[in-house]
Amino acid sequence: MKILLVGNPNVGKSAIFSRLTGTRIITSNYPGTTVEYTRGFLKRSQQQDEIIDVPGIYSLDPASAADRVAVDMLAEGDIIVNVIDATNLERNLNLTLQLTEKQIPMIVALNMWDDMRHRGVSIDATKLEQLLGVPVVPTVGVTSEGIRQLVDRLPEAVIPQGGPADSEERWKNIGEITSQTQTLTHRHHTFADILEDISNHPVGGFFVAVVVLLAAFWLVRFIGEGIINYIAGPLFDWVWTPLLEKLSILLGSGSFIHNILIGNLIDGQIDYFQSFGLLSTGLYIPFAAVLPYIIAFYFILGLMEDIGYLPRLAILMDTILHRLGLHGYAIIPTILGLGCNVPAIMATRILESKRERFIAATLICIAIPCAALQAMVIGLVGEHGIQYVAMVYGTLFVAWLVIGFILNSFVKGFSPELVIELPPYRMPPWRIIAEKLWLRIYGFIKEALPIVLGAVLVINILYTFGVFDFIASLTAPVISGLLGLPRETVIAIVLGFLRKDVAMGMLAPLSLTPEQLVISSTVLAMSFPCVATFVVLARELGVVNMLKATSIMLVTALIAGMLLNLILQ
Amino acid sequence: MKTNNIVTLNQMASGMSGIVQEIAGGHGLKRRLEALGIRPGCQVTKISSYFLRGPVTLRAGSTRIAIGYGMANRIFIHVNEHKGKDSERTS
Repeated sequence: MKILLVGNPNVGKSAIFSRLTGTRIITSNYPGTTVEYTRGFLKRSQQQDEIIDVPGIYSLDPASAADRVAVDMLAEGDIIVNVIDATNLERNLNLTLQLTEKQIPMIVALNMWDDMRHRGVSIDATKLEQLLGVPVVPTVGVTSEGIRQLVDRLPEAVIPQGGPADSEERWKNIGEITSQTQTLTHRHHTFADILEDISNHPVGGFFVAVVVLLAAFWLVRFIGEGIINYIAGPLFDWVWTPLLEKLSILLGSGSFIHNILIGNLIDGQIDYFQSFGLLSTGLYIPFAAVLPYIIAFYFILGLMEDIGYLPRLAILMDTILHRLGLHGYAIIPTILGLGCNVPAIMATRILESKRERFIAATLICIAIPCAALQAMVIGLVGEHGIQYVAMVYGTLFVAWLVIGFILNSFVKGFSPELVIELPPYRMPPWRIIAEKLWLRIYGFIKEALPIVLGAVLVINILYTFGVFDFIASLTAPVISGLLGLPRETVIAIVLGFLRKDVAMGMLAPLSLTPEQLVISSTVLAMSFPCVATFVVLARELGVVNMLKATSIMLVTALIAGMLLNLILQ
Repeated sequence: MKTNNIVTLNQMASGMSGIVQEIAGGHGLKRRLEALGIRPGCQVTKISSYFLRGPVTLRAGSTRIAIGYGMANRIFIHVNEHKGKDSERTS
């Protein structure tokens, strides 16, 4: 049986999902699209059911492409578990009543039952059950209260009475149901309310955002560097290096196999950034240089998502983003892009118009460096001083503004306005944050590791056959003339197509000046999406628009590189 | 405008409450607002507005919502006679 969890966004659906399914969770793409959903399995005495966490929707009338997928998924369900936020009964019932018209057996989880009490709301669940005609179970997803009862009562799920209604009738109905089941008493002003008031204030909100973002960046660096310095680095130095050294002697430096597996020895030693063998650089880049920052970034992002901070950021950014042809909500895919551009471009689906999605996706590809690239920039450029890292980020930010402004003036179509719910701040549900973090880390290793190893292998083989010399001399006028870089850097920039972190790694042996490093890493960041991003871009925007976006990237990268060259050198 | 107490969401002072009178927009706009519980006849309280034509935040029921400036201009509110508790500070 397929059980669908359906509900508004921010009602604690994923907490219920995680309680029902336990550990075996899979993220999947909805067939034919790139909207991700999570599914897992629930074991009951006799059978095993598939549970699907349907993306949150407010209504069955879809506003964006992401909503449409959620609505389409309903057709597959055998049972709907409608998760309702008890603190917000009226608005949630709008979806509930629309769901009852679908003629699918249904059961309601009245979630956030604990939160409701200190918000001065009380709901008569038995009465609600009578009025809706389907079982209603009070639950607290975060502590698993009521989950047992929910599972026990699943067989009682029934097709609700009543046919289709228009929205007028529906709201009348909702009014009747709420007035009969819900009593409002005094509401205590909690600490979270005070925080909400401050961050909803235009000035207060600005300062909160500055503090939150600075803290986030600092924490990502602190955690990332901590893992590198105290876990990943020592593991490689003390465990892996001795093994590789033995292997190196066994294979004999200079042999073909040695070149492929271990790479070149630098001063007789294995250098994880410069040797470029499958087992040296090929493993070091993903696991010791990038993974620590991936863990740190997604941990902090998960915290911000589940506390409910991101919508506040959307409001603050709305004014700027309007000048770029977007609205505040576009900040969410943009921030995701700081982790990886692939999910970021998929997330542009939450934007309603094609124009917005094109602008957002192009801007992400140009100006939002992924965590893998950032980790390498911080590692390699940061060696020469933080001011050089700042130059890379500064250039990207200016490009983001300028290109966005230009696109806004030239791209046809309309950009709708921001409408967004500000969910109340909630204590971070650690269990869900941990599960989500694990899914994202696992996703990174699964997707990135084969490509990194493949890229290192291809690079080694192409080197052996001298293909790079040919490309380098072909593009020398552009690279040396316009960008002021040694011609070998073109190889790194071209191979950025495979993976940006590996490409950054290729800059390491070239002994570039700090200025040249700034130029080449900026060009690398802007010029071309990596192959994974490229594929998603084509799927999400269509081939024609993908090619348009790519040409914009190339032109921008070239101009930015030239300007940097003029200013710096 | 002030005489009959009907103002747009942008003209309304922060802290004031009122009843949504009309949403002067297409079907799409009405639909999206309705899904969040904003529809003619319902009570809303404005929380704040952001400068430089930034969005407006408001409360409808127990939901807090932010609405872009242009959209807020098309939502007409019948402001309540008795003022909200924050009105001395903001109006």
